[in-house]
Amino acid sequence: MESWLTNADLQAIWLTVRLATTTTLILFLLGTPLAWWLAKSRAWWKQPIGAIVALPLVLPPTVIGFYLLVALGPHGAIGQLTQSLGLGTLPFTFWGLVVASVIYSLPFMVQPLQNAFEAIGERPLEVAATLRASPLDTFFSVAVPLALPGFVTAGILSFAHTVGEFGVVLMIGGNIPGVSRVASVQIYDYVEAMEYANAHRLAAVMLVFSFLVLLAMYLWRPGKRKGI
Amino acid sequence: MNFPTPHLHGVCLSALLIFLLAAAAQAGEVQVAVAANFTAPAQQIAAEFERQTGHQARLSFGATGKFYAQISNGAPFEVFLSADDTTPARLEKEGQAVAGSRFTYAIGALALWSAKTELVDAQGEVLKSGSFKHLAIANPKTVPYGAAAIETLTQLKLLDATQPKFVQGENIAQTFQFVSTGNAELGFVALSQITKDGKLTDGSAWIVPGKLHEPIRQDAVTLVKGKDNPAAAAFMDYLKTPRAHAIITSFGYTLR
Repeated sequence: MESWLTNADLQAIWLTVRLATTTTLILFLLGTPLAWWLAKSRAWWKQPIGAIVALPLVLPPTVIGFYLLVALGPHGAIGQLTQSLGLGTLPFTFWGLVVASVIYSLPFMVQPLQNAFEAIGERPLEVAATLRASPLDTFFSVAVPLALPGFVTAGILSFAHTVGEFGVVLMIGGNIPGVSRVASVQIYDYVEAMEYANAHRLAAVMLVFSFLVLLAMYLWRPGKRKGI
Repeated sequence: MNFPTPHLHGVCLSALLIFLLAAAAQAGEVQVAVAANFTAPAQQIAAEFERQTGHQARLSFGATGKFYAQISNGAPFEVFLSADDTTPARLEKEGQAVAGSRFTYAIGALALWSAKTELVDAQGEVLKSGSFKHLAIANPKTVPYGAAAIETLTQLKLLDATQPKFVQGENIAQTFQFVSTGNAELGFVALSQITKDGKLTDGSAWIVPGKLHEPIRQDAVTLVKGKDNPAAAAFMDYLKTPRAHAIITSFGYTLR
């Protein structure tokens, strides 16, 4: 293994895994209530919120990256906030990348969950209510088990999408080893430096990994729902 | 003796048509790959070039290493304005550039720059003070200005002290962006990025003395795809005119 991937490669891969895992966990916490609300709410502003959640699907990463660089920077609104909290500014830090990745991968968490929640329908929830289950109890013992395939899809997609992130990380990361030099940036550096053999090796790892993740998702599909 | 007017119109029309076709045949187009640090002068030069020759220069901006990869894989560029002198030489050796077309169109200068007005002093002493959290440099492996920054810090014996504070831009434009947004308090950028009409545009800067690093020779080369394009040859010639030289030096580059 050592002779195949360099230590710098392994560091980049480990950082990528840490970033994707942290991002996915945070997205589960934030995305689940948001998706539930989007699935159940009748508020008029539900559609505008849904559209905002979907924005990262459409916006070029350079746009997101640039806005984040400005907003998180010392003169930006979020940057001012984090500075007044004594946290400093977020660009060029691991947690800055986490914030960016959460925004960037948000639709990949929320949309599958929202679909799964909507597919449950009202009936099971009403039955649970007649059995005097509290709303929270209903959510955890009825909605979550029924929406489990949605959770798996959302988790895998968010993780994989964060692994594949490049433009945003490039723009706010600063390419620091162990902090923001993720695998995709490392590959880019190799290509730029014309070290094509190194680029090929790491790219092959990414390709195989991505294929396996998607394959796992297509194989693990209880029930008859198809598509993403 | 009276010409029927429709006939006259016909003559006029065909004359006009011939004129337009001739003009179209003469006014060519050239695809130029331009190193990111040379963006602003290249835009001015292309505008002047078009006004004087009628040819159009279509410019793409990016990192030199990326252009090398694209050119090697069949990108349609005809002229390449590199940020260094090794990449054009390599292209020429590999037969991807026209032999003998290579020349130095500009010599770049490095500057330590901050968007804050009083942070950087005229001697660059701020580097020793350590009173900053982030120092932006361009990727030294791929960007000549990044390599020059490392050389400078090595010469000043400040490399070990400043290395933990490095944030790297993928190219010199991104490095500039890190500093201009204030995310990095200071950084090594190309003098051309912060110079207009011979003056500093914003913030504070120390122009790094040329003796602290190897000269950043930026070479232009005609690529194989532009070999038979008169517009490509015209653009290469135009880069050597006094007018082009005046634009180039107004951005802080030197020529010799």
